[in-house]
Amino acid sequence: MKTLRRWSVRHARFLEIFYNGFEACLRTMRPLINKIGHERLEPAFASTERVIKGALFDCKMCGQCALTSTGMSCPMNCPKNLRNGPCGGVRANGNCEVIADMPCVWVEAWKGSQIMQKSEAIHTIQPAVNFQLEGQSAWLRVIKQK
Amino acid sequence: MTKAEITADTARQNVSFSPAELLPILPGHNSPGRFERVLRAGRFAVTTELAPPDSADPAQVFERASVFDGYVDAINATDGSGANCHMSSVAVCGLLTRAGYSPIMQISCRDRNRIAIQGEVLGASAMGVSNILCLTGDGVQAGDHPQAKPVFDLDCISLLELAAQMRDKGTFQSGRKLDVPPSIFLGAAANPFAPPLDWRPHRLAKKIAAGAQFIQTQYCFDIALLKNYLARVCDLGLDEHVFILVGVGTLASARTARWIRDNVPGVHIPDNIIERLEGAQDQRAEGIDICIELIQQCRELKGVSGCHIMAYRQEQSVPDIIRRSGILDDRRAAANNRRLASQKAV
Repeated sequence: MKTLRRWSVRHARFLEIFYNGFEACLRTMRPLINKIGHERLEPAFASTERVIKGALFDCKMCGQCALTSTGMSCPMNCPKNLRNGPCGGVRANGNCEVIADMPCVWVEAWKGSQIMQKSEAIHTIQPAVNFQLEGQSAWLRVIKQK
Repeated sequence: MTKAEITADTARQNVSFSPAELLPILPGHNSPGRFERVLRAGRFAVTTELAPPDSADPAQVFERASVFDGYVDAINATDGSGANCHMSSVAVCGLLTRAGYSPIMQISCRDRNRIAIQGEVLGASAMGVSNILCLTGDGVQAGDHPQAKPVFDLDCISLLELAAQMRDKGTFQSGRKLDVPPSIFLGAAANPFAPPLDWRPHRLAKKIAAGAQFIQTQYCFDIALLKNYLARVCDLGLDEHVFILVGVGTLASARTARWIRDNVPGVHIPDNIIERLEGAQDQRAEGIDICIELIQQCRELKGVSGCHIMAYRQEQSVPDIIRRSGILDDRRAAANNRRLASQKAV
């Protein structure tokens, strides 16, 4: 699993461009999605998202995806669930303080962000996680919001 | 008001008060505490850390604090540091303010969710705590209860935002109004010595944007790295918005230094420090000398507003370090008169 996670960070720019296109497609489908109904689509969207993002990012389905602001490295894989950058315990070799053989999620995020188009997005403050959204589709939420 | 204007204004004020005394809040200030006044007056602030006892006896807290009496501007009360169980930081702070000390309450996100944390911010402020240090906290795996559930409902940045919201907007995160908001001076930690080094100054910027007004850093044993970090911090103009207290500490021996370097993630000790300790006849005394030299060097650096002395299990040496480094200048960090009286009352 962790190998694919690292691939995603190394290809953060490609994934960013791909996602932007994908989001634009979803947005054009908004009238259709609204017609079918978000609630009716939620289970299908959530399970698709779980499979795809689970494979690519070890996604934890927090339901408020921040990947485009975190260098395509999922912050929920940080054992401290940090959403805004690395803690002070990062090892000298760049590995996690808690899981010694895992590269720090945020060291990876920094690398990923540096090759992305919106590399400054990592400086945006991410709000505290809303645990009511856990398990829900972040894609569907994006359509609802924008 | 800018930080510089507030400084000019505050510098005219006397700062020789008892540490825990609650003072009128000056324009541009957020807390009634003396620690904020010392920093805003442009004085070199000195803080230290109290190891909370594994005990239900308040006398142990007073005993440990009395070592620092008259030497420091504020005392950090750690919150289950290293994920080990001790007396809670809010309780230690409550005892310290009663006895006339000025505490900095550490809050870590590891053990409590936002409901508990907001309650504690109010409670602490009600007990006279003027300074809160917002931390993410060590992972539970680091401590003596690795089987515990890690909470991490917030991270240090969302905690800072939440505390600032309570103070500035006078509401809970939910938006529900507070009758009296807490008057608190907010701080955060920073580690300039851990990777990714080029991100660290930006991460500091994020903490400031979230509400951090003062910073206490991880142990500094490498002045060159600190200088690089501070140069970037000043380039970003961050020193205009925050007071940085550099963390320093004593190393008891070369063996201890090696052990810390290998086992405590985030603490960077360069080889030259270890070699210097090894070459000394009295390694403990050499460790104290190194600490004093580091303090004196830090003091000269642009962007440094004070130092935070962490002398775990060597607390007795803190007054000596402060005296010999000459950082208090003419001022005495206000020995408190109420201490003896309140100890008798307890």
